[in-house]
Amino acid sequence: MKSHQLTQWVAHILFIAVTIGCLFPFLLLIMTSITDENTLLQKGYSIFPSKISLDAYAYLWRDSSAIVRAYAITIFVTLVGTVAGLLITALLAYPLSRKDMPARNPLAFIVFFTMLFNGGLVPTYLVYTQLFDMKNTLLALILPGLLTNGFFILLMRTFFGTSIPTPIIESASMDGAGEFRIFYRIILPLSLPILATVGLMQTIMYWNDWYNGLIYITDSKLFSLQNLLNRILMNAQFLQSNSVGNQNVGTSIPTETVRMAMAVIGVVPLLCAYPFFQKYFVKGLVIGAIKG
Amino acid sequence: MLTSAIKPGKLRVLARYWPLFVMVLPGLLYLLINNYLPMFGMIIAFKDYNYARGILGSDWIGFKNFEYLFKTDDAFIITRNTILYNAAFIIINLVIAVGVAILLNEVKNKIFARFYQSVILIPYLISMVIVGYLVLALLSGENGMMNKQILPMLGIEAIPWYNDPKYWPYILTLVNIWKNVGYLCVIYLAAVIGIDPEYYEAARIDGASKIQQIKNITIPLIIPVISIMTLLQIGRIFYSDFGLFYQVPLDTGALAPTTNVIDTYVYRALLNLGDFGMSSAAGLYQSLVGFILVLVSNYVVSRRNRDNALF
Repeated sequence: MKSHQLTQWVAHILFIAVTIGCLFPFLLLIMTSITDENTLLQKGYSIFPSKISLDAYAYLWRDSSAIVRAYAITIFVTLVGTVAGLLITALLAYPLSRKDMPARNPLAFIVFFTMLFNGGLVPTYLVYTQLFDMKNTLLALILPGLLTNGFFILLMRTFFGTSIPTPIIESASMDGAGEFRIFYRIILPLSLPILATVGLMQTIMYWNDWYNGLIYITDSKLFSLQNLLNRILMNAQFLQSNSVGNQNVGTSIPTETVRMAMAVIGVVPLLCAYPFFQKYFVKGLVIGAIKG
Repeated sequence: MLTSAIKPGKLRVLARYWPLFVMVLPGLLYLLINNYLPMFGMIIAFKDYNYARGILGSDWIGFKNFEYLFKTDDAFIITRNTILYNAAFIIINLVIAVGVAILLNEVKNKIFARFYQSVILIPYLISMVIVGYLVLALLSGENGMMNKQILPMLGIEAIPWYNDPKYWPYILTLVNIWKNVGYLCVIYLAAVIGIDPEYYEAARIDGASKIQQIKNITIPLIIPVISIMTLLQIGRIFYSDFGLFYQVPLDTGALAPTTNVIDTYVYRALLNLGDFGMSSAAGLYQSLVGFILVLVSNYVVSRRNRDNALF
């Protein structure tokens, strides 16, 4: 009994350390964003700032148009990307899961080969910018992520193939339902767990995406939240150079704290939503890992 | 009745199955544009690419782009960095994730166990841009917590982190652990939970200690999951997490010797230098070697156990 309790104590102590390790950087971020700029410049980033100030947030509030726009773009791209991606994935995965689908194996090969081999950045970039002229369009933020390398298709195909009994499809078809009707009325409602899982993962992917913006977007009006954050992180002058924030000459900008306040604005929504989707996310990870 | 449609003429098959083909169409069209068209674009690696003349109009130059690439030190450095980092990540992450998963399984209090599990996953959800901010808050030269608070406390002088490449192998490895171990841990935890409790009961009756149980039951029984996860990662050893190597060092040129990998090299050659030929040569080198590695690792898995193989 004693050694059992000892193991528990050791485990708890280690996990408390792990918890602190995981959360500490976020706490540091939040605390520095409410630090007084001068205090920060003198004493550096700290968990316990000696002087607290909400100047950074007040500053961002005063001229929030760039942030609001970036949020709107991120939300739009995430919504459209997730819905379109989910639909196109399900539409592709369902026929592949049907054992009676003609040319099923060659089709599956066409899909899954894309997971193994790709053209690389340069040709992809040229296809999107030269052939389709999508540089500086919202489409460039949505299209590249739609099918995310076949992985989600694999997940859904497995789900459709194993969790939906073929007799249901057969009897619906005997009752005169067409394929689209079967898909819409039977397959989709029965597949809500996998749709939720893949949808959630796609939402997070779109929400966090900065790579496509980095490559295809140069117009700061089209920056998503992550691209705005990226620009401010890479280039502190970006704050002063008028795209974010006040353009009035003479007001000094609390650059460091505003930077961190921006990051807080970027990360806090996700952290707040996390407890609600945590369960599905873990389930999705496990399904994805075991069956993928 | 679906099975009755197997043998009739092709027209009948089409008549019966056209809706399914219509469903597949958008996805296939997308893959054609997003994935297959760029594969043909790989011929740029063998061309003297001229923006105005386009891919087909540019002159063929054979292997010149590859010659340039492999003549520079860059090719060696980026290949070395890519492989060494990934190898280190695979091994270290595996050991820590399996360790944490086993330990998490030992936590008997359900509420705490769930709490710990949720917390270790949080870094996995955050974009690399945010991770860049977090690292900057810790390591910034003038104001970072490390230089302003922790090092002075230990009586050590401030370190210019973003100027000295020698620290970055450790920093990047730590950041990678911090971000990804939670994900791997959840997967291994699922495998550990799946183990039949009867094994442990039998072992306890035989007087096996906790350590012995872990060594002789838990680890051997999760080896299949470990092996497939690891082989998948080995198959991608020529690709790196672009965000980690670009975003976290803040794209700092001075750190290139230890932070430049194939992915960041291809990106910089393309978007900063506009060197299409060299960039696509490096990209093709990466794709081909990566492809071969996937095939080899899949072959290894399928020889051990057919069911664990990808194809």
